[in-house]
Order: sequence, then C-alpha cells, then structure tokens
Amino acid sequence: MKKDILREFAIRFGFIILAGLLVLFFSIFANGFAGPRSAVFIFQSVAITGILALGVTCTLVVDGFDLSIGSVATSALMLSAYMMVVLEQSAVVAVIACLLMGAAVGFVNGILIVKMRVPDLLATLGMMFLLIGLQRIPTEGRSISTGMRLPGGEVADGTFAEGFLWLGRHRIDLFLEKLIPVPVIIFLAISVLIWVFLEKTRHGRLMYAIGSNERAAALAGTNVFNYKILAYMISGVTASIGGILLAARLGRGDIASGNNLLLDSVAAALIGFAVLGAAKPNAFGTAIGALFVGILLQGLTMMNAPYYTQDFVKGAVLVVALIFTFALSSRVRGGSH
Amino acid sequence: MSDVACEISRLEKSFGPNQVLRGIDMKLPSGQVSVLMGANGAGKSTLVKILCGVHSPDTGHIKLFGSPFKPRSPIEASRNGVITVHQSINDGVIPDLDVTSNLLLDNLAQPGKRMFLKRAEMKARAAKIAKSVGFDADLDVAVSRLGIADRQLIAIARAVACNPKLLILDEPTSSLSAVEAKRLFEVIKTLKRDGVAILYISHRMSDIRAIADRILAMRDGQISGKFEGENLDYEGAVTAMLGQKMSDFKIDVAEGSSPVLQLSDLRLSDESDPVEITVSRGEIVAITGLLGSGKSLLSSILFGLEKPASGKVYLEGTIFEPKSPADAIYRGVHMSPKDRANNAVVGDFDIEANLTLPFTKNFSNLGFIDRKRQYSVCSDMIDTIGIVCQSGKDAIETLSGGNQQKVIVGRWLLKPCKVLILDEPFQGVDIKARRDIGGHIRATSDNRATLVFVSELDEAIEIADRIIVLHEKAIVGEHVNRNIDLSELLSQVSGNSNPLKQAEVIE
Repeated sequence: MKKDILREFAIRFGFIILAGLLVLFFSIFANGFAGPRSAVFIFQSVAITGILALGVTCTLVVDGFDLSIGSVATSALMLSAYMMVVLEQSAVVAVIACLLMGAAVGFVNGILIVKMRVPDLLATLGMMFLLIGLQRIPTEGRSISTGMRLPGGEVADGTFAEGFLWLGRHRIDLFLEKLIPVPVIIFLAISVLIWVFLEKTRHGRLMYAIGSNERAAALAGTNVFNYKILAYMISGVTASIGGILLAARLGRGDIASGNNLLLDSVAAALIGFAVLGAAKPNAFGTAIGALFVGILLQGLTMMNAPYYTQDFVKGAVLVVALIFTFALSSRVRGGSH
Repeated sequence: MSDVACEISRLEKSFGPNQVLRGIDMKLPSGQVSVLMGANGAGKSTLVKILCGVHSPDTGHIKLFGSPFKPRSPIEASRNGVITVHQSINDGVIPDLDVTSNLLLDNLAQPGKRMFLKRAEMKARAAKIAKSVGFDADLDVAVSRLGIADRQLIAIARAVACNPKLLILDEPTSSLSAVEAKRLFEVIKTLKRDGVAILYISHRMSDIRAIADRILAMRDGQISGKFEGENLDYEGAVTAMLGQKMSDFKIDVAEGSSPVLQLSDLRLSDESDPVEITVSRGEIVAITGLLGSGKSLLSSILFGLEKPASGKVYLEGTIFEPKSPADAIYRGVHMSPKDRANNAVVGDFDIEANLTLPFTKNFSNLGFIDRKRQYSVCSDMIDTIGIVCQSGKDAIETLSGGNQQKVIVGRWLLKPCKVLILDEPFQGVDIKARRDIGGHIRATSDNRATLVFVSELDEAIEIADRIIVLHEKAIVGEHVNRNIDLSELLSQVSGNSNPLKQAEVIE
C-alpha cells in the first residue's frame, strides 16, 4: 500500500522535482546560472520550440500528429522575409500572411487526414516535404536579405520593418532594464491560451474525448471531423507564429535555420506526458517539458559541455520521460483493475 | 467412433471484475460436429480464444486426447492440432498477398523452412488445398481483390490444410451464400469421416439443422443445455440459449398516448420485407431478434449512422432522416449504443465528463465548462440511477461493468428527449444493475417514446410494454407484454414460425 502511494507520488511529481533538483544543482555548480538574466535566457531559448510544441500538443490530444510544424515555421520565416524584402509590404501584412499560411496548411493537413483518410503521420510528412521544397522556389533556393539579387535580375530593396523586428528582439523592462524579450511573453501567453482552451472549455474536452475514444465521441454527437481539422489548424497557426518570431530574431530569411524545430518541439510535447503523471498530452506539461530541456542545456553549456552533445542530452531526456509515462504509469493503471 | 478429442472441465475466466466464463464443462467427441450456440456476451468467443491459445484460463483444465492442453499461443495450439477459423475473416487472410501464398501461409511461417520459394511447387500445393474445399479462383490474384465469401473459403481451406484434430469454426457461414455454405458442409462431412472433432459456432438454424450432431447451448458463461441423439431438440436449444427462466417481473403495461416515432414502409435491405413500427409517447417498445436479424441496422438508421434501403421515418409527424448522430440528437432522438467499451466509454475521463459528453453545450457558458452545474447535475444523476462510486470525479475505468453502463445510460437521460433508443443496455451487466437501469428507464418514460434493442428475451419482458420480434430484417411477431406466449415468442426469435404478413402482425 505504502509502496503504491510512493510510486503514485513519484509519477505525479517526479519530473517537476527532477527539474527543481537540476536548477539547484546548476545554481551551485555552474557559475552565473542562478539569476534573472540567466532564467530569462532559458525562457528565450525555448520560446519558439515551446510555441510549436503547444500546437503539436493539440494534434496529439485528438490522437493525431503533426510532422509538418517545423517546415510550416520555416515557411513562415521565408514568407515574412519575402513579403517585406521583396514585395516591400508592412510588418502587419507580413504577419497576417504568415498566420493565414499556417492556418491554410493546417486546414489542408486536416482535410487530408479526415476526408482523404491519409494516416496522420504520412499526411503531415508529405506536407513537410512539400513545404520544404516550396519555400525554396521563389528565391531559387537562396536566403532572403536586403540587397539580394532576385531571379528576374533586379535587386530587392525592401527591408525588415522595425515593428516586425520588435517582435523578435525587443525586451520589456521588468524590475531590471530590458529584461523580458517579446517572444517569451508570446510563449507564456500562448501557453495560457492553449491550457485554458484544452482544460477549461468544452471544445478542449471534446478534443480529449476524440483522442480517447473517437467512436464514443462521434456517437455522442461530436463533430469529430471539425475538431480534428481545428486541431491541425491550431498547430499550423502556432507553428507560423514560431516562424515569425524566428524571422524577427534573425532579421533575414535564412534558408538553413529552423532545422531542429520539429524534433525539439515534438520532444517537448512528449516530455509533457510525464509531467504531473498526466500520461496524456497536456499544455502545462508541454510548457514544462520545453523548459526542462532549456534548463538542462543552459546548465550544461555553462558547465562547458560542448554544443554537439546537446541533441544527445535532449534525446536522453525524452527517452527517460517516455519510460516515466508509459512503463510506470501504465503499471499503476493496470494494477487498479 | 466417439472417443473424446477434447475435454474441458470447470473452466473459468474473468476480465477484471467481469466473470465471463463461470465453469464450463464440455466434451468434444472426434468425428462429430458439436454446435455451440449462445447469445452475444454469453462467452463463446472467450471460450474459443482460450482453446486457440489467445487467452489462458483462470482455473479449470483442458484435455486434448487425454493429455493436458494449455496452449500459450495460437502457434502452440495449432501445432497440437487445434485449428481455428475466426469470425472476423480478415484475421484469416492477408489481403496484399496472392491466393497461393495465403493458402500456404501456415507452411511458410513454419520455422526451418527453405529460404527461397519455388513458385511452381507452391502453386501445385495451393491448388490441391483449394480443391479440397471446392474453391475455384485464380491462384495468382491478390486476396484484396476477392469478395468476402472467397476470403472466408480461403481461411477455411487454410485451416483444413493444417490437418486439424479439433477444428473450431466461428460463424463460418455468416458471409457465405447458400451454395457456398453447402460446399462447406460437404467439407465438414469429409472431415468428420476422417475423425476430426468440430466445434461449430453459429446462430443460423439452417446451418445447425444441416450439420449438427449435438448442440451445446451457452448462456452467461455456462453451458445451459446439452442436446444429443437422433432427434435434436432445436427449440429446446434456443430456449436454453436465451434463458428458460423468464423473470416474474410485473409490468404495468402503458398504452402510450400520441405517436412519436413512425417507421413507414421501411426496408432494411433491398430484399427484405418492409417494417412498420409506431412508438407512442410514454411507451417502451423492445425490439428483439438474433444476430443478423436487423436490430443493429435499425438502431443505426434511427441515429443517422445508416440509410434505409427505402421507406420513411416520421418524428412527430415530420420526416426524420438524420444525417449524423449530432443531427439526430438535435432533433431530440438520443441513442445509447451497444458495446459500451468501444462505442460509449471515454476511458480517460471521469464519471462527470462521461455523463455530460453529449451535452457539453448545456454545461458551459461561452464555451467554458461550468463545473458547479456539472457537479450538481451529475451528483443528482449518480444518486437517482444508483452509480456506486466515491464521487463523480472517479475515473470511469475504476467502475464495474454495471456501473459503467449506468453512466452510459444516465448520459442520455440528462436532457429530456422525444425518442430514447437503448441498444443492448444490459450487455455485460449484473442483475442488480439491470434492475436499477430498467427501473429508471421505466420511471422516466412518460414524456418520450422509448425503444430498447435487446437479444435476451427476459430483458425484453422485464422492460417493455410491447415486444417486436425481428428475423432476417423483417417483423415476425409483435406482442403486448401481458401474459405472453413464451413458446411462440421463442419460435419467432429462432425463425421457426412462418413469417407473418404485416397485416396480420398489426392487429
């Protein structure tokens, strides 16, 4: 009996306690880890992957999967650069175009999966491939920056609008001058929004119902098709927001950036399964999962771990989290029968 | 002749709190066809799965030709000569491979076989196997391009080719035409002559009449009747399967006031006779019949999941053709589906979220769930329908089958409706929960029309004001639930009476 309670406790709070211990460890052993600037840096490093991960979480909730988020983000990056540098549009137009593009890609993903009955992994894999190719076509595979030569021969005169760069680079004063970057605020806002949507609204509940037993949800009158499409559209929009922030930070349409976005954000969402013993996709867990990876990488970097070990560390965290979720908590569940 | 191939004694099996087999005793003699009959949920498939090594029993013994038999996997069972053809045909064939490979699959899968395939040799052997069951299709064609009957024959041919000592056939004729079924019976006769023991699971009286040497009726996880000898008592077998012990439940028959739901000239399939049913407000009508009688199809049509072949449904006088469950619910037709685990229970949710699932809109403001209202309404429902739990926040998976079913039925009573359809509301439910659910349905039935689909007759008699019997997608009997002639009812269910004309049914 006591053993059960202990295990229950470990599954519920294990991951959060582990995160706390990590912070403690790095605060003691890594010089300069403890402190507001370092904390903000962690948030900043995970903001974009975190935003993408929250979108993936929504597709995981309906028992789907979105592999196209990374390429949606890089497409948004290229599209915003193209809008401003080549077409010389304003920041607002560029942002709106990116958001629409994300929603449209999500919609097409949803239609492929729901109407055409393509399995989710394959549909979004195809979409990923397609977008990676598509974003290279307008510039013949080159990155976009002011003064570049266009395929037609003329020179692109446009620049990244100030307002647009503000999104990625501005820092807001809070106690300390220029402390919190805008992307971090957007990340926190989206976290809260997605959390409220999934946990507090009936739409979120119905999406969870679809993920748990699609047939039961349909027989209870839920429009399964619409909710699934909605999930992919949320995923597409959040991915495009991530891309916009990346573009705003870089200040150019860099064709090679964002390679790691997909894996990092999927990992964060999956690590989120282990947080609070949820054993299912959840927004809070996803945010914590993203932060956990950020803390670990920041600490290790400060302790002079070389950059090329980063992916290894992320992978190890993911595997441990998955064991937490599937081996431990399923055993408890199985035992209660 | 009749040495015993397989002997089963005191076999028990539970899944969680659900005891599916409650002490099965049976002998399967060599060279005879033992037909196993049982309603849905009687435990037939569990028994089959134990025999073929998918499940292992909790207690009890199986002896195969005198020596203990405890297969831990289907492979082990088939090596010992116990071969099974499962009901779902797609378990028996691999659609992407051609007929030849499918027929020789067991052979290919054996360890220690040659690495490379010799096409000509394979084809010759496959042709021989195909011929043994009278199956004549192109051996090179992929199985995915064949119809369901051909697939069934392939699965059977495969089984026969394995030289079974005990052959288990689970509803083998469900997708075969009369001619193909006849061919199957010829094959079975040959196997009998070779001394194979055959366990044949079926509901179809025509099959059973054609091939049964003995009949075992199964009910509630026990053998409820054994029939052997020259003249088999088919009627008795059906009675044993459906339960002789009709409950002494007294129903105060309600007449119903105005008609709410009218099925007019409705054909369930192109060939079947039209169905005419009228259900009035305050009335509970039970629709009963064996598997394949059209019960499920009818409930699906009323809930917008299927379309009738022809005919009309009227709801309070206006045409009712729901396009989806959501549409049906919007029009005031609620349905609690059968098979709660697959169709109704959301395993990740607690009791409250399961109860309110169809009506989240009524429990939220501007999309936000109103937990207080949800709590108070659900607490009332938990009390009135008698769900045994600590609180509405308990995970539904922690409840027993009967209590889960109460949640699923209670779900549709949260909001008043015009028509309530309950498809097998007592499936896998103990007698106490059954009385609770039935009592609550009767107590609340005044302002709606209620349709209950059940395969067990005593369930129908326990709940309904009127009982309608379906057989082969047509009405064969209609009874007001007052001093019902049980033997007549039984013979109608088993399809022994001549189908009545509509005019005679409706007085």
